Amino acid sequence: MRAAVIVFPGSNCDRDIQVALRRAAGAPPVMVWHKETSLPAVDLIVLPGGFSYGDYLRCGAMAAHSPVVAEVAARARKGVPVLGICNGFQVLTETGLLPGVLMRNAQLRFVCRTQHLSVETTQSLFTGLYRPGEVIAMPIAHMDGSYFADDDTLRSLRDEDRIAFRYCDARGEGGADANPNGSRDRIAGILNGRRNVLGLMPHPERHADALLGGVDGAALFEGLVRALAA
Amino acid sequence: MSAITPEMVREHGLSADEYARALAILGREPNLTELGIFSAMWSEHCSYKSSKRWLRTLPTEAPWVICGPGENAGVVDIGEGLACIFKMESHNHPSFIEPYQGAATGVGGILRDVFTMGARPVASLNALRFGAPAHPKTRHLVAGVVAGIGGYGNCVGVPTLGGECTFHAAYDGNILVNAMTVGVADAARIFYSAAAGVGLSVVYVGSKTGRDGIHGATMASAEFASDSEAKRPTVQVGDPFTEKLLLEACLELMATDAIVAIQDMGAAGLTCSTFEMASKGGVGIELDLDRVPMREDGMSAYELMLSESQERMLMVLRPGGEAEARRVFEKWELDFAVIGRTTDTGRLVLRQNGTPIAELPVDPLAEAAPEYDRPWIPAPGVAVIPPAAVPAPDDPLQALERLLGCPDLASKRWIWEQYDQTVMADTVQGPGGDAAVVRVHGTAKALAITSDCTPRYCAADAREGARQAVAEAWRNLTAVGAKPLAITDNLNLGNPERPEIMGQLVGCVEGIRDACLALDFPVVSGNVSLYNETDGAAIPPTPTIGAVGLIEDATGACTLAFKAAGEAVVLIGTTAGHLGASLYLREIASAEDGAPPPVDLAAEKRNGDFVRAEIAAGRISACHDVSDGGLLVALAEMALAGDIGAEIAVPEDAPPAHAWLFGEDQGRYLASTADAETVLEGARAARVPAMVIGLTGGGRLTVGGRHAISIAHLRAAHEDWMPRYMSAP
Repeated sequence: MRAAVIVFPGSNCDRDIQVALRRAAGAPPVMVWHKETSLPAVDLIVLPGGFSYGDYLRCGAMAAHSPVVAEVAARARKGVPVLGICNGFQVLTETGLLPGVLMRNAQLRFVCRTQHLSVETTQSLFTGLYRPGEVIAMPIAHMDGSYFADDDTLRSLRDEDRIAFRYCDARGEGGADANPNGSRDRIAGILNGRRNVLGLMPHPERHADALLGGVDGAALFEGLVRALAA
Repeated sequence: MSAITPEMVREHGLSADEYARALAILGREPNLTELGIFSAMWSEHCSYKSSKRWLRTLPTEAPWVICGPGENAGVVDIGEGLACIFKMESHNHPSFIEPYQGAATGVGGILRDVFTMGARPVASLNALRFGAPAHPKTRHLVAGVVAGIGGYGNCVGVPTLGGECTFHAAYDGNILVNAMTVGVADAARIFYSAAAGVGLSVVYVGSKTGRDGIHGATMASAEFASDSEAKRPTVQVGDPFTEKLLLEACLELMATDAIVAIQDMGAAGLTCSTFEMASKGGVGIELDLDRVPMREDGMSAYELMLSESQERMLMVLRPGGEAEARRVFEKWELDFAVIGRTTDTGRLVLRQNGTPIAELPVDPLAEAAPEYDRPWIPAPGVAVIPPAAVPAPDDPLQALERLLGCPDLASKRWIWEQYDQTVMADTVQGPGGDAAVVRVHGTAKALAITSDCTPRYCAADAREGARQAVAEAWRNLTAVGAKPLAITDNLNLGNPERPEIMGQLVGCVEGIRDACLALDFPVVSGNVSLYNETDGAAIPPTPTIGAVGLIEDATGACTLAFKAAGEAVVLIGTTAGHLGASLYLREIASAEDGAPPPVDLAAEKRNGDFVRAEIAAGRISACHDVSDGGLLVALAEMALAGDIGAEIAVPEDAPPAHAWLFGEDQGRYLASTADAETVLEGARAARVPAMVIGLTGGGRLTVGGRHAISIAHLRAAHEDWMPRYMSAP
């Protein structure tokens, strides 16, 4: 698997995803500066977490207008898998590659913790190695992670099996305590209609090494490597 | 320029003697810009004029120390060609005036101190002291400081791994925000601030200069009166996004050979950084102030030299390094301007609009700053309270429940969850343990990091309290299995012009020296914050100790969580049942009195060396230092972390049961082990007191068969206080 990681000014999880991809794929990804207008031929494009442009305007809004993002969108429309993590998810909603928007957390505070998630679909390149309904855990760390979309959009996400992950408690159940940021329908990650673009707020790259407290994120990268090799 | 009046001198915080000294150095009257420069350079904050003669007595050397105090941060060797660079610094005054920006820029400043030297910051910690929870300002200050620390560190992308947070009415008018950052650098590529070489370009990079923070250093060198809000304009505003760009740009340029010297513009901005670089390098510097990137038009030389606008650096470049440096900073979209050059005159010359507007000799200002041997009196001794004089609780577990829920011991999850603890994907142990543990990227090693001070001990006896702070830091590193390497000390005190406060400073330094010598634990960096008093009421002496240790194999790091049922709980160290100045005394017996627990440094070392070896041998499955609240609190914290209970018995020959359970005798650890026999045998051989006090297992804590409480109940008590306090209407 040949991957590219887009680096925006203010990205701060670019090295973390670089390490996780190298571990899963055996080869390091290409790091692409946001000012590039072209991309090498790659099997996967990753928009990493961080605070692109300081998130000063609106999370992901400035990055969505970076020169390289036009090319990322073009590739996505051609079917190249694109993964957006945290700030990367915010960029994907700002570009329109994914529907909805990520708003300020309901409690109006940054939240960082290890969060339980339920795997809502295994029908994607990204989630094929998980079991349907599996309860996993990954770190979250964000100020603006409250997923919002209108009722029609939510309905189509559900009807089309495009909700990839939901926040939950240790038993896989919902409830007020299970939702760390007030996301509608406890949405933690969604797919586009073509299922080649995934955006999620949790950080799989931070739980891809047993020393760091968990490996539930590694399955996402290993799943991608397998799916893209097939 | 107007003539300098005595009022102007006073407003600039200079004494009559100091002004006379300035006149002698110049041989003429200074103009306003020059007066402002003298004021900043000779402020307590920049010159350490009250503490310097005492700080010099601290031990600063060890075979693994690469650079001790005097640079932006301390540097220790961690093997494999790598160095660890760290420092702690206070941002107390600004955080009280404007908590979000005060704390945020404190984090920004300490991050820059570390990456200025060539290190990538890998972790930050914060030691926070707030006033009484019931004080009307406290909640607002907690909310602002925590959000500010998170807002800055999270954006830069350096994990914040906890630290300390305690409350006491003595901090009502002066909170403490002590921020520590630890970084890792190539040991062969460490950058210093000495501007050696003549005719070299002096380059300004980072943010533009605005009118913010003018005279921040002078503000931080004076007491507060009740009008402290009026000082809000002296607080700087942070821009963590620019800091992140500056970090990446500096590290990128540092990989080349372009930089001769580099210094961040912190307190007293351009003034202090210029003098520091020139003085250390033995050169003069000429600056053309028209070239300084400015946020607004019409800034005077005075404003430009004294602005504390954040996220700025000054560099001296090698001949020919300019193009490379410009390329890097332009890539990161940061200002880059050649604003001057080094000279052989030994003088700082400032020009604006083509004309010289200030000229000062470098060495007399930087090196010959006033230094005071201020009068001091030792603190009066405090009597030792015998254990039997402190009332026993009806039920020790009810007392435990209250202690675990008191503001100082209650879970600080509400705080940590606002800090990104896992960015950089190297966090092995986050907040809540004895020390944070961070893998050294790309190696099998890890750094252990802690921050410690027990202000109630220091209030009773500054010297013993400072010894204890160093010992506890050393113990916390040991408890995770690390070899303690070195400390950074952040001394927070009141007005040093009062002999009793000066006596506290002397006590703190003597205590730190004692402990550092005994534990082979040198001081490599530090900071002194004085004048922490409002309307004449000073804070207790608070010598915060930040410390770093090394774990050769990160997978061998120990945590405090019980791992399995049926393991022996071993108490290591001597228990005399010291309740003076304890949390039990304050929270349960409602008294703040008595001498703090004495620290036997030889026993501390023996016990710690033994524990570390047992952890390395894999015989200890969980380990926790016994500190605030004593043995029963330590046991409960281990049970809560592992969600496994324990049953213990009070030994027959123990001091009174409540003193055994809640006494805060030093040099002790609790450990769980599946092989108690070998551990006890080893302890005997090492002359370390150790005894089995119980067994792990079940969902409850049981003491002496009679008293029991469920872990779930304790957890609720422990987790409840902070969120409830912060969300109360």
